[in-house]
Amino acid sequence: MLLPCVVIFALFIVWPLGKSVSLSLHGSDLFGRPDAWVGLQHYRDMLGSAEFRHILWVTFAFVLLTVIPGVLGALLIVLLLEQHIKGIRIFRTAFALPFAFSVASASVIFATIYNPAIGLANGLLGRFGVDRIGWLTDPSWALISVAITTVWMNIGYNVLVLSAGIGAIPTEINEAATLDGAGGWRAARFITVPMLGPQLFFLIVISTIQSLQGFGQIKILTPEGGPEQSTKTLVYSIYHTAFANNASDFGAASAQAIVLLVILLACTAIQFGVLERRVHYK
Amino acid sequence: MTAGRFITYAVLVLAAIAVIFPVYYVIAGSIMAPGQISSYPPDLFPHGLFTGNYEGATSTTAIGRQYVNSVLQTSVITLSQLITSVLAAYAFVFMKMWGRTLLFGLFLGTLMVPWESIVLPNYLTITGWELGGQRLTASYAGTMIALVLPFLANAFGVFLLRQSFLQFPTELRDAAVIDGCGHWRFMRRILIPLNKPALMAVGLYVFLAAWNQFFWPLLIGDNANRRTLQIGISQLNDVEAANPGLILAGVVLSILPTLAIVIFGQRFIVRGLTAGAIR
Repeated sequence: MLLPCVVIFALFIVWPLGKSVSLSLHGSDLFGRPDAWVGLQHYRDMLGSAEFRHILWVTFAFVLLTVIPGVLGALLIVLLLEQHIKGIRIFRTAFALPFAFSVASASVIFATIYNPAIGLANGLLGRFGVDRIGWLTDPSWALISVAITTVWMNIGYNVLVLSAGIGAIPTEINEAATLDGAGGWRAARFITVPMLGPQLFFLIVISTIQSLQGFGQIKILTPEGGPEQSTKTLVYSIYHTAFANNASDFGAASAQAIVLLVILLACTAIQFGVLERRVHYK
Repeated sequence: MTAGRFITYAVLVLAAIAVIFPVYYVIAGSIMAPGQISSYPPDLFPHGLFTGNYEGATSTTAIGRQYVNSVLQTSVITLSQLITSVLAAYAFVFMKMWGRTLLFGLFLGTLMVPWESIVLPNYLTITGWELGGQRLTASYAGTMIALVLPFLANAFGVFLLRQSFLQFPTELRDAAVIDGCGHWRFMRRILIPLNKPALMAVGLYVFLAAWNQFFWPLLIGDNANRRTLQIGISQLNDVEAANPGLILAGVVLSILPTLAIVIFGQRFIVRGLTAGAIR
């Protein structure tokens, strides 16, 4: 009964993992297919290249620009929803809606909004007398615009997770706090947020992992990795290195894929290391 | 109403508008005539119902065909993951065997491997395979097979269903076995009916993830009629940039199934999505 899973995992996860390592140690022919053994050459090239350092920096900036606003925004929304709001179900559903949007549909909508000539973003800014912004064409804006799209996509999930976390806090705790005179924001600050510790931590790790893996929104919004490569993250670079029209190189792309794997495994290890010690006070 | 409550509502309403606005915009924009959507200053409220964008999206593009492809791809992946997950979770919970814990650990380990770091070898493997004497991805059927193959099983479903099966009272199972109830019968008649909520959670979660896939389908389909809907709408964005209403109509069509799931199946997906967050 375990056989179907074992076969699929072996063929499409375990074996490719080994193959990725092996590819990263080989050069590539004209069509990008693996040929001669080159040892650690790709890794040496990467570490020595300014372009790769730029890619890592963009990746890191993208994580910061998406994780911090995404988690804090969701926390604010959930805490507000906790203040005995009328119509809470409508608000809940509203905040969950972005969750229905795939990376492609969300990116396409934002691409339309960001359109420099006829897009809504510049249209609305224009009404307030603000100059047009090159949302996706200005190197200092492109990554921010992609990050805004990503935060919007993820906020629904973050709200769902934090709402579920609040639902799991025993009601006696809040009742006791109310009896002691700590209502509203004091309760939120000293009870709800600390009790949400595990969920917040989970969201930070999960959002970091998702941002590191972000691809569709970058590919759709900034097809060439952005103006002056300003949105060229590690995953985009893997795709670009392997499938670029003129210089396809599976070997170098695989070396980048291994770097991605190591970074993501480190994130997962941190997650488990901290979870073992428990983040909250129960 | 105190000042504090007023601010609470004001911030909530503003946040809700910011979150809902793109949802409103895609629907409103899809029923605006071409002149209105790109007008300046922007006009946010449709003047009546203009259906030309939907007619254009369904007649001049391959979206109809791509819809069929996506439905096919998503149903095969969902059904297959449900079946393989039930089988594996059953074995992990109810069958005593050597190395069970170790194997389960390995299953969970597969969840830590990011798809992006194994996508290249998978691409080389699958595009290297043959079907009926030609490259697998050279035919329509082969393309569909290539789209679903790597995702026929996933450890996440196994993990969720195992959690659910573990709560099944062992006395009940022992009683069933003593009454001569075999593995299959027990699974079909008792275990599956009693675990419907967990199966729904896994099913909806897998459906969402499969429907929304981007990276793999981008690499696999090599002409418009073989692409999935997600790739289709992203390419509309490239070729129809002068016609935003048509693009938005395509997007609306593409989110109908997932929107239905989020609105009507919320209680099921919350369970699956937050499985990792709440112990």
